[in-house]
Amino acid sequence: MEATTVVKTGTEGQAWGGGEEKPLKASYGKLMMWFFITSDALTFSGFLAAYGFSRFKFIEEWPIADEVFNHFPFLHGVDAPMYYVALMTFILIFSSVTMVLAVDAGHEMKKDKVVTYMALTILGGIIFLGSQAWEWKNFIHGEYGAVETRSGKIIQFVDADGDRIALDEFATASPKDRTQHLAKNGIWFSSEPSLNTLVLEDVKRGFEANETLRVRTMQITEEGEKEILTREESLLKLNTSGVGVIEGANLSQNEYGAPLFGGFFFFITGFHGFHVLSGVLILIIVFFNVLVGTYEKRGSYEMVEKVGLYWHFVDLVWVFVFTFFYLV
Amino acid sequence: MAHDTTHGVHAGAKKRIWQVFIILSILTIVEVGLGILKPDFLVHNDLVSLSFLNWIFIVLTIVKAYYIVWAFMHMEQESGSLRRVVVWTGVFLISYLIAILLIEGSYIQEIYSDGYITWDF
Repeated sequence: MEATTVVKTGTEGQAWGGGEEKPLKASYGKLMMWFFITSDALTFSGFLAAYGFSRFKFIEEWPIADEVFNHFPFLHGVDAPMYYVALMTFILIFSSVTMVLAVDAGHEMKKDKVVTYMALTILGGIIFLGSQAWEWKNFIHGEYGAVETRSGKIIQFVDADGDRIALDEFATASPKDRTQHLAKNGIWFSSEPSLNTLVLEDVKRGFEANETLRVRTMQITEEGEKEILTREESLLKLNTSGVGVIEGANLSQNEYGAPLFGGFFFFITGFHGFHVLSGVLILIIVFFNVLVGTYEKRGSYEMVEKVGLYWHFVDLVWVFVFTFFYLV
Repeated sequence: MAHDTTHGVHAGAKKRIWQVFIILSILTIVEVGLGILKPDFLVHNDLVSLSFLNWIFIVLTIVKAYYIVWAFMHMEQESGSLRRVVVWTGVFLISYLIAILLIEGSYIQEIYSDGYITWDF
């Protein structure tokens, strides 16, 4: 039985009609999916290679990933490097397993099993997307805060033991003229998020008052850790080159280190997340087709196989993003 | 029918899926474990300007990619020509791209750090 129906050209059997032999012995749909996957793999490798380029360019000041991604749900203030990303990886791998089980059930023409496994796959995809949103929230919100210097670098602060210390733990906000614009004070759709509470002067004052505090620069030492300045150097650095306070991350600056790091994080994980989202949507469409029996009537569950190929590819990309963004 | 196979083959296919899942899980756990522990002798010993730890990460990632493509995407059941079309295209183009960009990146880094201009003022 033909897996897909192809419009006949009326030239069958003739030499220029293409013949009965399928190119690369694969069905039309699967072959096209493989073409797409190959080109998409090249797109992603372009992004990751660009990340590698920028990282090599700033090799001595790139943020250390397990200092940036060290949050875990319900564990506030606990340093949990990479546990959360590992969990996300497992969620995606497991949804790949349920997907391949759905494809397998499709080969056996067992509609009920296909339905169950596809539902589980969709669920896995949605959980992954939610996890990524939480990860983005933590990244954007930031944890410790930093001071930007004249040259566009950042400096962070550590206590006597060399542990990171948040800006609001030593600096106190001074009274300001500007108040936060709330929706109740104007037109209903116009308001602003909370004002940046600390200004550079507050940080400087707080830093001078606490004798034990020191500055940590972006520079990575021989031991693979960020360089910590002496108290005198710290005061000099903060007072001569500090220009502003950074809390959290956006596309132009971030409190973790090289501004490019934030850009690549948003772009690469965002592009991957967009693939997961479109994967979930296609899975939902195919899921409903399975439910109403489209493929049962067609006599083949090849459509499940094709969406499966895409889904596994998304998992494959995550394996690489995981390695190059979080591990290496 | 293209998929007119016996029950025994399908039991084998399921077994393979779970086997691959276990392999992928173990590899991920090893990666995360090493990433958290960062053993000193792996971090501070280099092979071709890349630390042993990073070599391990990259090799394990490629092993994982192999299992995903071969077992989950059923590449092992496709014809040899399709396998070569997909894999060789990727392998050659991506290694070229990475080599060019990483060499260029470290060259620029060298210029930055050895030049007479300071970038941190």
